[in-house]
Amino acid sequence: MASPRTAPALKVHDLTVAYRDQPVLWDIDLTVPQGVLMAIMGPNGAGKTTLIKSMLGLLKPAAGSIRIFGQPADRTTMRRIAYVPQRTSVDWDFPTDVADVVMMGRYGEMGWLRRPALRDRQAVAEALAKVGMDSLAHRQISELSGGQQQRVFLARALVQEAEVYLMDEPFQGVDATTETAIVEVLRALRRQGRTVVAVHHDLNTVQKYFDWIALLNVHLMAEGGMEETFTEANLRRTFGSAVVQWSGS
Amino acid sequence: MWELILRFLGDYTVRNVLLGTAWIGVVSGMVGSLALLRRQSLLGDVLSHATLPGVVLAFLLWRQRDMGLLMTGAAVAGLLAALLIFVVDVNTRIPRDGAMGLTLALFFGLGLFLLSRVQNLPSARKAGLDKLIFGQAAALVESDIIALVVAGLPVLLVMLLFWKELKVVTFDPLFAGTLGLPVRWLELLILVLIVVTTVIGLQAVGVVLMSAMLIAPAAAARQWTDRMSHMVLIASLVGAASGTVGAVISSIGPHISTGPVVVLALTVFVIGSLLFGARRGLVWRWLAQWRRRARFRTELVLEAMYELWMHHDDKSHGHAARVIQLTTGQRGNTQSALESLSAEGLVQRLPNNSWILTEGGVSAVRTRRNRRNASDERA
Repeated sequence: MASPRTAPALKVHDLTVAYRDQPVLWDIDLTVPQGVLMAIMGPNGAGKTTLIKSMLGLLKPAAGSIRIFGQPADRTTMRRIAYVPQRTSVDWDFPTDVADVVMMGRYGEMGWLRRPALRDRQAVAEALAKVGMDSLAHRQISELSGGQQQRVFLARALVQEAEVYLMDEPFQGVDATTETAIVEVLRALRRQGRTVVAVHHDLNTVQKYFDWIALLNVHLMAEGGMEETFTEANLRRTFGSAVVQWSGS
Repeated sequence: MWELILRFLGDYTVRNVLLGTAWIGVVSGMVGSLALLRRQSLLGDVLSHATLPGVVLAFLLWRQRDMGLLMTGAAVAGLLAALLIFVVDVNTRIPRDGAMGLTLALFFGLGLFLLSRVQNLPSARKAGLDKLIFGQAAALVESDIIALVVAGLPVLLVMLLFWKELKVVTFDPLFAGTLGLPVRWLELLILVLIVVTTVIGLQAVGVVLMSAMLIAPAAAARQWTDRMSHMVLIASLVGAASGTVGAVISSIGPHISTGPVVVLALTVFVIGSLLFGARRGLVWRWLAQWRRRARFRTELVLEAMYELWMHHDDKSHGHAARVIQLTTGQRGNTQSALESLSAEGLVQRLPNNSWILTEGGVSAVRTRRNRRNASDERA
C-alpha cells in the first residue's frame, strides 16, 4: 500500500451538500492519500455520486471546501483530475464512434480552436489498447455493449493523463471481460502512483480490487485502509441490518 | 421544364427568394442538428414563437419596416424567452417543459395581441407584419438577403470554430464541465445560435413553422449517417433543398405562403429518409426481416422434406408441394421455398411435379443437425 506522501491527493473539508432543503451529504471530512485505490461504499441514497460530483466541482456545496494536492480547487488544479461518469449518463445513440468519444478526453488539454494532432491520436490509440478496445476504434457507439461503453469512458479518462481518477460505479452491470480489463487498468494506475476513487457496490470484490475505503451514509461513517476499516461493525453502522446476514455467512 | 427554370433564375425577385430561403435552410439545418442532438427540439419551437412580440414592438417603436430593426426586436424577445425558461427552471418547482410551455403561451399570446392592435394602423397593414406568422418569401428584396447573410455567417463561423466544444457539451455536458470547459456559457451560446437562426427565418418561413425548419432537416439527416459532422452537412443540404422548393412553388401562385410549402417539402424529405435512410431506413429493416422470414420458411421446408425422406422406404419417392407444406405445419408459400432450395441444388423437381431431396439436401440437414447438437452440448 502506498504511504501518504506530502499533501493528500484530495482533501474534503466540512462538506455539506443539499438538494432543496434535503441534506444529501452532511459535514464530510475525507482525506484521499496519494496513490491509493479508494472505494466509496454505502447504501442507495447515501450521497456517493454527490460526493464524486462535489470533488469534481460540478456541484455547489452548501458549505465546505475541496483541496487538490493541497491547492484550492480551480480550473488549473481540476486538470489533474479525470472523471469516469456512470455510463447511463449519456445518450449512446449519439452519432459518433469510439475513437471520437475517447478523443474528447483530450479536448481540455488541446485548448480552444485546436484540432487533434498526431500526439492526441496516439494517446487515444494507446488508451484503447489498455482497455482492450483497439479493434473497435471505429465502431459506432450505439453498437457497443454495456461493458464496452464502460471501457470507452475509462479510455476517455486515461487520455487525460490525470493524477486522480474519479469513477462512478465503473463495475456496474459489466461483463467479466470488462471487469478484468478495469481491474488491470486500476492496478496499472496504482503502479504509476496515480490515485483512484471509485463508487463501488459489490461487498464481495471490494477487498480484492481496492486498498482504501470510505463508508458513506449521508455522514462519513468510516475511512482508511481496507483492513482496519472494512469491519463488520463499520459495515453495520453504514448499511444497517441489511448487511448482517452477509457478514454472518 | 428547363424554360421554366431559366425564367425563374432570370427573374430578380425569384432569385432573391431562392437565395434567401436556401440560405435559411443551410443555417437552420446546421443549428437544428445541435438542437435535435441535445433533445431541445421543442426549445426551437418556443423561441421562434417568442420572437413575435419583439417584432411587433420594434415596429411600433420605429414605425418602419426595416428588416434590421425588426430582426433585432425578434432577437431580443427570443433571448428574453430563453432567459425566462432558464430562470423558471432553476428557481421554481416547475419542470423545464412546463417552463417552456408557459413561455410559449405568454410570448406568443402577447405577440398576437400586439399584432391585432397594430393591424388597425394603416402603416402596419402595408408593412405586412401578419405575414411573419406564416412567412412570405416573395417579399424578400436584395437588402433582406444581405441582412440574412450578415446575420447567418457568424452562426456558421461559431459552429466551425467551437465545433469540438459544442460536440462534447452536447454529448456529455457533465464530462465537459470536468474538462474545465465553461458549460453554462456554451449552452447559452447554443441558445443564442437557435435564436439568431429563428430570427433569420422569420420573414420567409414565419414564426410558427420555423421550428420545423430547425428540426426536420436534422431529423432527416440523422437517418443517413452516424457521424455528427456529416449529419450537420446533410441537414444543411436538406434545409437548402426544402427552402428552394418552397420558394419556387410559392412564387408560382399569388397567395401561397412560403412557410407551409417549405414544411411540406421537409415532410417529404423526413418521410423519405425514415423509409430509405442508409443505415436506419425502415424499408431496409422490413426487407431484412422479410428475407429472414423467407430463409426460416425455406429451412422449415427442408427439414420437412428430410422427415418425409426418412420415413419413406422408397428413397426416390417424390412428394407434392401440398404434402410438404402440411408437414411443415406452416401456412405460406411453400412453392417459392422449394424453388429457392432447388436453385441451391438441395431439392429436385421430378417430372410428375413432385419434389424430392437431393443427396446434397440430405447432407445439408445432417450437417446442420450435428452442429446444433454440438452447440447444445456445449451450453
